[in-house]
Amino acid sequence: MEELFEIFTESLGTLTLNKLRTGLAALGIVIGIASVITLISLGQSTQQAISSQIQSLGANLLTISPGSQNQAGIRSATSSTTLTNEDAQAIATSPQITTVSTVSPEVDSRQQLTAGRNNTNIRVSGAVAAYAQVHKINMDSGDFITDLQNTGSQAVVVLGPQVVSTLFGDGSDPIGKSVRIKGISFRVVGTTVSKGGSGFLNQDNVAYVPLSVAQRQLMGQTYLNDISLEAKSQDVMADAQNEVGYLLLSRHKISDPTNADFSIFSQQDIQNTVAATTGTFTTLLSGIAAISLLVGGIGIMNIMLVTVTERTREIGLRKALGAKKKTIITQFLIEAIILTFMGGLFGIALGIVLSAVFSNFLGSAFVLSPNSILLAFLVSAGIGILFGWYPAKRASDLQPIEALRYE
Amino acid sequence: MNTPIISVSNLSKIYKSEATETVALDNISFSINKGEFVAIMGPSGSGKSTLMHILGALDVPTEGKYILDGENVENLTDDELADVRNRKIGFVFQAFNLLPRTTALKNVMLPMRYAQVPAEKRQEVAEKYLKMVGLSDRMDHTSNQLSGGQQQRVAIARALTLNPSIILADEPTGNIASAQASEIMQIFQDINEEEGHTIVMITHEPDIAGHAKRIITVKDGKIIGDKKNTKQAKAKR
Repeated sequence: MEELFEIFTESLGTLTLNKLRTGLAALGIVIGIASVITLISLGQSTQQAISSQIQSLGANLLTISPGSQNQAGIRSATSSTTLTNEDAQAIATSPQITTVSTVSPEVDSRQQLTAGRNNTNIRVSGAVAAYAQVHKINMDSGDFITDLQNTGSQAVVVLGPQVVSTLFGDGSDPIGKSVRIKGISFRVVGTTVSKGGSGFLNQDNVAYVPLSVAQRQLMGQTYLNDISLEAKSQDVMADAQNEVGYLLLSRHKISDPTNADFSIFSQQDIQNTVAATTGTFTTLLSGIAAISLLVGGIGIMNIMLVTVTERTREIGLRKALGAKKKTIITQFLIEAIILTFMGGLFGIALGIVLSAVFSNFLGSAFVLSPNSILLAFLVSAGIGILFGWYPAKRASDLQPIEALRYE
Repeated sequence: MNTPIISVSNLSKIYKSEATETVALDNISFSINKGEFVAIMGPSGSGKSTLMHILGALDVPTEGKYILDGENVENLTDDELADVRNRKIGFVFQAFNLLPRTTALKNVMLPMRYAQVPAEKRQEVAEKYLKMVGLSDRMDHTSNQLSGGQQQRVAIARALTLNPSIILADEPTGNIASAQASEIMQIFQDINEEEGHTIVMITHEPDIAGHAKRIITVKDGKIIGDKKNTKQAKAKR
């Protein structure tokens, strides 16, 4: 142990003698480790951001979408009309359904909203009171659509925060003001709290009107675009999926489940798909980073081989004075390991800084898994042993006379 | 009663390459007793370097026996040879061969490290021998801060630390100025006479060889002369 410590301090001394070379040799490892850590961190933070956004759409959420009915292998063109208000009603009231707590029949369409001189083209959802519960919508001011407004087909609208700022300007209170959609004047009764999200997940640039109004006056349709359900708990998601599935199959008089004219997704299904996709992406990127780590390792081996050649006389002398093969191997191996370890340390530091900078830049959460750091450490030490071994072995195999004669 | 510390019998070394066979040592026999100061002389190509390598357990003979301090240096593995060199031989090379950019003290302690002498004792012993070769004020100088003569004295101190059976010096004055060469020879004579160390010195210079008590002359791989040096030159103080 004491001997190892002495070899260690001696190796450290040798490495500090030629700082430029030591630095350059370790640079490959620094870059390799840093890119592995950065890419893993970025992948994980993206994954986390997406999954928390999906989570914010509602917990224990099941979505029934209308689907095409296969008849003798031919897909029916009238695909999206298969879900009706009665279906939603049945799910809500049927005694067979024991695991669903809330049912929200929904329609969606893009509409032009006008308020004074401002207008915007956004998604308008036809909703019932249960919508807010199922989709975890919180009110900033006013109230969400009520069942009374629905049965009375009142022309009222709830606006997302982004719509408010587009139509009325930042920080204004639109409650009681009117917004025109398709020539009909709607009274603003509430605004929602910002949920964040972007692209198809953007929930701030949305307006909600009563379902009955959306179906009859805006879209002229009697069917639904989808039905969202909230299961009673996470554990009964599968049961809920089955119960609702059988109920709808019997209502639609379909005996073979593979011919179902609807499909039921759970939040978990979507999340799993997204996680798998981003996971694959992270793995791919890390794989590319791992290649640079390999190149770094070869760089270390190259430098160590040069060092062995340069120090042939020294190795010969050490052997003449009684150094055994094991001692020489240990010495050169420890040098290589110190090199890769230092590279690993700097790489980890650089990786942390880079992931912080990138996540800040991309606006996603800064995630750093201790596993990836541990992995980077082990990999860099492993590379030291792997690529340091051959030069060390070569050094130990030098014959002392050959080595002493070497000029 | 003199016991041979080196006993060489019918020793041959033949280098084989694809086409030719070179006989470097041809059936040599001699012995050296404890406490002797022997110079091995000969022109270059005479085989004296090969002899030195074999005596130094740096190389093994093709044929013949070599017994060093009761130990048969034959059929030993690389690591066993390393051990024999470490314990029984103190090397002094023509090119000094100190570790570069390393202090005199650390250089002297190196063989003791390989012999696994405890760290506290190493420094004590190294300081003692550096004092003996007159370098007590240069112990913390690195090898490139020392003159040729001083470097060779560090090398001698290094050779003495493990109290070896023989001091094997290969052209010890070949790389240093003559004034300093005389200092080196004086140290050799001191450690031979006062400490009783056995010294085998390889050289091609007759006046350096003249400092030894016995001169063996080698030519074409054979011993052509082996005589007592009655007029041993005393190094100037």
